[in-house]
Amino acid sequence: MHGERQFMDKSADRSGKRKLGLIVNPIAGLGGRVGLKGSDGTEIQRRALELGAVPQSINRAVQALERVTPLKDDLETVTYPSEMGEDAAKKCGFDPIVVGLIRKGKTTAKDTKNAAREMLRLGVNLLLFAGGDGTARDIYDAIGEGVPVLGIPTGVKMHSAVFAVNPRSAGDLAVLFLQGKCGIREAEVMDIDEEALREGIVSAKLYGYLRIPFQKRLVQGLKTPSGGGEKEAMAAIACEIVDGMKGDYLYIIGPGTTTRAIMTELGLNKTLIGVDVVLKGRLVGIDVNEAQLLKLLEERDAKIIITPIGGQGYIFGRGNQQISPEVIRKVGRDNIIVVATPEKINSLRGRPLLVDTGNRAVDRMLSGYIRVVTGYNEHVIYRVAY
Amino acid sequence: MSKGKPSAYPYIPNSVSTVKNKMLKEIGAKSAEDFYQDIPEKLRLKKKMNLPKPLLSEYSLRRHMEGILSKNKTCQEHLNFLGAGCWQHYVPAVCDEVNQRGEFLTAYAGEPYDDHGRWQALFEYASMMGELLNMDVVNVPTYDWLQAAATSIRMASRITGRREVLVSRTISADKLSKIRDYCKPEIGVKLLNYDRETGQMDLNSLKAEISSKTAAVYFENPSYLGFIEAHGDEISKIAHGHGAISIVGVDPISLGILTPPIEYGADIVCGDLQPLGMHMQFGGGHAGFIATRDEEKYVMEYPSRLFGIAPTSVEGEYGFGDVAYERTSFALREEGKEFVGTAAALWGITAGVYLALMGPQGMREIGEGIMQRSRYAILQISKIDGVKCPVFQSTHFKEFVVNFDGASKTVAEINKTLLRKHKIFGGKNLKKEFPELGNSALYCITEVHTRNDIDRLANAVKEAVQ
Amino acid sequence: MEDITKKRYTDGKPKLRRFHQAKWDEPIIFELSNEGERGILIPEIEDDVKEEVGDVISTIPESMRRKQPPKLPELAQPRVLRHYVRLSQETLGTDLNIDVGQGTCTMKYSPKINEQLARMPQMTEIHPLQDEETVQGILEVLYKFEQILREISGMDQFSLQPGAGSQAIYANASIIRAHHKARGEAHQRTEIITTVFSHPSNAACAKTAGFKVITLYPDEDGYPDLEALKTAVSEHTAGLMITNPEDTGIFNPNIEEFVRVVHEAGGLCFYDQANANGILGITRAKEAGFDLCHFNLHKTFSAPHGCGGPAIGAIGVTKELAKFLPVPVIESDGNKYHLNYDRPESIGKVRSFYGVAPVVLKAYAWVMSLGAEGLREVAEIAVLNNNYLLRKLVEIRGVSAPYAKGKPRIEQVRYSWEKLARGTGVHSEEIGIRAADFGVHYWTSHHPWIVPEPCTLEPTESYSKDDLDEYVEILRHVSNEAYTNPELVKTAPHNSTIHKIDHTPLDDPSQWSMTWRAYRKKVHK
Repeated sequence: MHGERQFMDKSADRSGKRKLGLIVNPIAGLGGRVGLKGSDGTEIQRRALELGAVPQSINRAVQALERVTPLKDDLETVTYPSEMGEDAAKKCGFDPIVVGLIRKGKTTAKDTKNAAREMLRLGVNLLLFAGGDGTARDIYDAIGEGVPVLGIPTGVKMHSAVFAVNPRSAGDLAVLFLQGKCGIREAEVMDIDEEALREGIVSAKLYGYLRIPFQKRLVQGLKTPSGGGEKEAMAAIACEIVDGMKGDYLYIIGPGTTTRAIMTELGLNKTLIGVDVVLKGRLVGIDVNEAQLLKLLEERDAKIIITPIGGQGYIFGRGNQQISPEVIRKVGRDNIIVVATPEKINSLRGRPLLVDTGNRAVDRMLSGYIRVVTGYNEHVIYRVAY
Repeated sequence: MSKGKPSAYPYIPNSVSTVKNKMLKEIGAKSAEDFYQDIPEKLRLKKKMNLPKPLLSEYSLRRHMEGILSKNKTCQEHLNFLGAGCWQHYVPAVCDEVNQRGEFLTAYAGEPYDDHGRWQALFEYASMMGELLNMDVVNVPTYDWLQAAATSIRMASRITGRREVLVSRTISADKLSKIRDYCKPEIGVKLLNYDRETGQMDLNSLKAEISSKTAAVYFENPSYLGFIEAHGDEISKIAHGHGAISIVGVDPISLGILTPPIEYGADIVCGDLQPLGMHMQFGGGHAGFIATRDEEKYVMEYPSRLFGIAPTSVEGEYGFGDVAYERTSFALREEGKEFVGTAAALWGITAGVYLALMGPQGMREIGEGIMQRSRYAILQISKIDGVKCPVFQSTHFKEFVVNFDGASKTVAEINKTLLRKHKIFGGKNLKKEFPELGNSALYCITEVHTRNDIDRLANAVKEAVQ
Repeated sequence: MEDITKKRYTDGKPKLRRFHQAKWDEPIIFELSNEGERGILIPEIEDDVKEEVGDVISTIPESMRRKQPPKLPELAQPRVLRHYVRLSQETLGTDLNIDVGQGTCTMKYSPKINEQLARMPQMTEIHPLQDEETVQGILEVLYKFEQILREISGMDQFSLQPGAGSQAIYANASIIRAHHKARGEAHQRTEIITTVFSHPSNAACAKTAGFKVITLYPDEDGYPDLEALKTAVSEHTAGLMITNPEDTGIFNPNIEEFVRVVHEAGGLCFYDQANANGILGITRAKEAGFDLCHFNLHKTFSAPHGCGGPAIGAIGVTKELAKFLPVPVIESDGNKYHLNYDRPESIGKVRSFYGVAPVVLKAYAWVMSLGAEGLREVAEIAVLNNNYLLRKLVEIRGVSAPYAKGKPRIEQVRYSWEKLARGTGVHSEEIGIRAADFGVHYWTSHHPWIVPEPCTLEPTESYSKDDLDEYVEILRHVSNEAYTNPELVKTAPHNSTIHKIDHTPLDDPSQWSMTWRAYRKKVHK
């Protein structure tokens, strides 16, 4: 059966104007410039401001919005008061509808969530937000995959894959999306342990998925058409994996949308942000932790199926820590199957896939080259580093 | 000037040594050698290539080439009755004029901006074919009919998810060979029998072979052997009854008088454009077309490019572009629709010019004219003793089989006599392709033949068989 | 007298030309139709023949008779000609422009003498099934050209049958499959290895032929990664299909190692020589150890591109594989030429008859006019032109040439406009469309776009230094515009035949229209 086409957001009422929602997190990225990692918590914010930090997010939002100004008369813009979006919008010449109430200078995650919920209710076509991983998590908590979202990067380091490359391209992508020239795909929202981050330890968990616009690059004068979109690529990968499944193996299936497609092909539900285990086409473990995995491995050999999580290309260590070094060792490198769509591989721009299991020896064992399944009868050999 | 090397090559502007040196100097290189540093010494060709001595002046090149080509005997000074996949039709002067124009001849893969003319010309070609075929989707041409047929079959396999195709036995050996090779990885090919009297597909054979495994039934109309397949309707019905796709290969120059295959149930139609304005060129004038209804499940399976019309930022301006450039296939297990590349676009444009010149009346007249001549030829040849003509008791379009079992000579001998004594190219010897037809040949008559030509043929054959 | 010439120069350098493409605002041909007009009249058969044969239409089975005439346009002859000449004017063929911008396509000069030769009746009015003794001329050309290709590549035998590069690659994949089948290893050898910078047809054709495709990504310097290859080979390896130099213009210095590794694993090696223009007479497939190769006669060998064919992809193999070549092969006893169909292990037919003979004729004539030294000059100048262009282009603001830093390229370069895109928000394809305003082509890259904001240019040997300078000036100008007036670039083209196309209908089944009849139906909804 033919899948849902991924281009052309048709949800807009063609006779009415399209609605753009804007949320600015005024304190995102506050810590960075003054050497503090992250800016969660009012304590950190206070310290940052003391150290002379200047909020960057409003500037970044303006940079993005400037790219959208050609459309402003054809759009209805909805935003939150003053520093949470109104200022940025007005600065670019927009005349936004301002909703909600905030306490200036004392905004919190709760305000972000309220704003997101309000915009969902108002039926915005796209929610643009300026913030960091924390802001992305807040929006996810509030509205999940209810409305397409796009992040204007402002934070220190983006682990979530919901951000554009830079503020300008966020604006460009928003324009293309509002003109119906973009597809949509799901992208990871990561949960970074900010405390640990401040100690120099990156500990990231997969938090959830947001739907983001996804630009097909205009194909110019080529002689060869490309074959299908992201969803089709995932489905093809799923066919390849399922066709090759062996009955006597456990299949440890990591989080992600590509691995979810495999479960869909099997007719099973997937814990999107967790690890599931399959045997002979049946679920034998749902959202398991390390201990449960180790127990299952006592009985049987297994294969691990994983996909890169987040925008940085980690195949282990960001969002799938349940598959611990111990588990990996027991399963063996040869039984690890990596799946990724060609788009995902190309988004790495030549950077290697990364592993950070927490165990140096295991990281080293995993590094080198690995086969990645990218389609039906299509593999890629890619570098893995740690 | 070194031996054999001119001071400058006409095709290579920068071969002038002063210019070459200037450029090298500007980029800080000593010689061209600097650019080949990545190539290991071991792989460098040490000797000069052993190629024929160059003909540096255009005049000596022309003399050399004309000398070689003059060894060919053409269908101008000889009377030609060969068909069998390549046919001699008249090529209007305007067709040659258009495909000689430097812009069309040397363009390639430009945008629908800088190459707007090319896009429009190909869109119009597809549109005119669409009218001829009564179908809404026609591709940018592929290599030839062999490829079009093979691709149509693989498309049908992807659409139905099935892996078997039933093919009429009365197709050329070349086409069958191509289909087999191209379908090899995925699809099994089964042949259907034909009625020895009429040549028509044996419907019992079709009913016996068809099953829920059948992706498609492929047959041609007119057949490779020249007769008109009368039961297209039934063939398609049987195919559809089993969930299979009906694929018909057709000669486009017959479509002024023959009904388009969609009218008798064809889902995919394919064929060769060569009769529509391309010289024979020793088999170099071929281009394949594929056409379907405008349904997503078909459109998505085309490996070729499909050119569509689109608005621009200026009111009333026509623009063009690729339709469904990202083809999402039903057949996930064959992700990526075969392959596409440079094929035969110039012939597509030429076919458009031809159809525009002909118009509906011209197409009708040429179809009728061809049939009048071939019927006349059949009548004359059938009068010859020892010759059976036509072999098949069916209506023929431009080709027909002649059997010489009753004569004392083989087809090979007859053709040699026709050639040497009468300067006639006799019909193709079918011995290898269809041994069951005995000593038979496939003759082709088109609008280029006059009554005298046909009479000459009949008399020559009469002499040759004695 | 006013010095017009002086006004065309600034500081001794020519100003950018004030180009405008032909713009006829030409209707679609159906709109020009007038009922009753005739473009050409058909020869009628003599009256007594008509009488003798009677009404032939009525002999057609009723269900097969055409009921309604096709709704083709009706135009008198000069109107047809005018329409197409106008469309031709609106097409930027290589004959008209500095066609450096269609990288990987090798857009070189197609000599007019070869065109004229190919249109002689001794080429156009011959039927492929004529008795061999009547076509010795063209058979001689086919045979001799095959010999030429053997010498250029070092391979033992060629087939000129495949209809262009992709068909050639597919034929070679078929040969690889036949080879393993003959050794009883067809079931085992299911994988073909290629690289991401090889032509996408390498992967697509291998897949079409039923193989599993393993793509190698390059190392940090942009070279094909030998270590990656070593992990990719196994007892399942059927072969390696690789383009060299790759589409980035970089020659793989380890190519021999690549071949050795695959041979050791039991696979065959195929050399896609679409990018041969810079290495003619410099290096060959044979010495690198390849088993199969192919050439694009419409690229390297000057046959014109024809808007996208007809063309030829000549395939060459070692003598061990020659038995698998498509039928027929052309043989000679020194005097006469002969078509041999007796090849039981052949993969069969790839294209109708023997391929596109006029294309071979043009390629043969081209080689004959140049000889070994001329071909060497072609390669060296193509490479010189490319490196000259490279040097000049990287001076332009916002451009870089990723990989192989500081090293020369062979015949083309893949540039990146990433710096400009980050600074201005203008993308590579937009630069390309603005380039059309100056009368030149421009091409980004095949997908996938590994190099961000790519631009692939291939000068070939056909352009002069001045031509190259002009192209550089155009890109420099557009770059400056991107930084100072990006809207002008983003809304291009302004001097072309039409304006910015709205692509949205093309992906929407309810709107897309590949024919005029489909379009008229859909606009009435």
